[in-house]
Amino acid sequence: MAVRLQGDWQELDVQTCAAVGGHLGVYQLGTGGGTIVFIGVADARTRFGLRGELLRHCADPPTGATRFRVEVTHSYRSRYMELVEAYLHDHGRFPIGNADLDRSRFGTLRPGGGPA
Amino acid sequence: MDFALTPEQTMVVDMVRRFVREEILPLEESLDADAEEVAPGVLARLVDRTREMGLYGLDTPAEYGGPDIDMVTRALIAMECSRHRAGLYAPCYQAFGGARQAQLFEATDVQKERYLYPMLRGEKRAFFALSEPSGGSDPARAIRTRAVRDGDAWVLNGTKLWISGADRADYGLVFARTGGPGRSGVTAFIVETHWPGFNVTRVVHTLRSSKYATEIHMEDLRVPHENILGREGGGFEIANDRLARQRIPYAAECLGVAMEAHRMAIDYARIRETFGAPLAHRQGIQWMLVENEIDIRSARLLVLDAAARADRGEPFRTESAIAKLVCAENGFKVVDRAMQIHGGLGVAKDLPLERWFREMRIRRIGEGPSEVQKHVIARDIIGGSLR
Repeated sequence: MAVRLQGDWQELDVQTCAAVGGHLGVYQLGTGGGTIVFIGVADARTRFGLRGELLRHCADPPTGATRFRVEVTHSYRSRYMELVEAYLHDHGRFPIGNADLDRSRFGTLRPGGGPA
Repeated sequence: MDFALTPEQTMVVDMVRRFVREEILPLEESLDADAEEVAPGVLARLVDRTREMGLYGLDTPAEYGGPDIDMVTRALIAMECSRHRAGLYAPCYQAFGGARQAQLFEATDVQKERYLYPMLRGEKRAFFALSEPSGGSDPARAIRTRAVRDGDAWVLNGTKLWISGADRADYGLVFARTGGPGRSGVTAFIVETHWPGFNVTRVVHTLRSSKYATEIHMEDLRVPHENILGREGGGFEIANDRLARQRIPYAAECLGVAMEAHRMAIDYARIRETFGAPLAHRQGIQWMLVENEIDIRSARLLVLDAAARADRGEPFRTESAIAKLVCAENGFKVVDRAMQIHGGLGVAKDLPLERWFREMRIRRIGEGPSEVQKHVIARDIIGGSLR
């Protein structure tokens, strides 16, 4: 399994997001150029899983976010940590939409390959 | 033979049970179903409470500031601490100090200053790296990570798998082969995670989403000679000691979860009506509850027996292996039956049962699978000729 998220980017609009399943999982929001601006998790507290979280972002997207990609997973917490830590490795900082995260709660990962 | 708790043990059990009920369970109402941490401010408040109770640093020897408690009391506390959703792998969200790298209490004074004391003060985090892709249950034979002496340092190359917390640790204990095959060829090294050549390459996703495992690659990682823990070639004894020590509280935690699942199943069976009568009136349900009761009581006796032997200074390897085996196997069965009694609700994340089911499944493998415990027991009862 790849460390970095590999799904296809889709348009961050209500119609597309409404078609996403209500599963638990992780997601990324990105710009039209594929720059990741937010990494999110649809955990067990969400009422409609990935679909609910994406629809919430449609109403108030982080700066520059026009697309999304998802990964359905039951291991949503460890996968979220892994995605954020991989991003930190690739870019040396959090995505701009995750700037409020506490660095001390994330570790150091050195995955192979280049940034996605 | 008297199985009754002492007044002090009864008081401690009541105190911890109340702490879980009043402090931990309300927190979990707003946490994710797989949460393993609480906010730092909340943890600080919880730690203040456990310090007031005189129970902070449960696994720290008294001479290093820990509470002076016997193994039976430690097991009883473990049972109570695990009676909540995150209880198996994050009992009370580490409010009692969490797991320690107990081997470091045997470290040199210099090593203690650099690694042990900062860990006890909560300033540094550590990991324990024994298992490899080639296996974890038989480290004496499976370890392929190689350490080669080069002047005043050792150069490590190899891969470790199933290592919890390595991505967030400051240092860890890494077991590598410095000699030939077998037990005497393994040495324990204290490795700092920022050193060149140390890489946590991925998270290993499993049934357990909290306290996840990682994979470590070491490539020409230089470790100073003075960072050997214990003696060269003495790593196996260090690893083995840790596994034997851990089994009793590890077993008791399985039991705590089973006790809570059983309590929930009894409550639910009393109130849930089907076909005009409570579930508790159905013989099929009654027998499941009876089997739970027997599984819990028998496991409890075994874990307390192992703890009592340890307290008396008697050999307890066989007893702790039996306790670990029975508590993990029985605990899993109890949680499974409790889920069955709850029906669809049992598998929903609304209740903790589904998390316990996933995590209890891991408990039958972690810290030595049930089959390895049987191997340990067989070796002890048959004799040294068994390999």
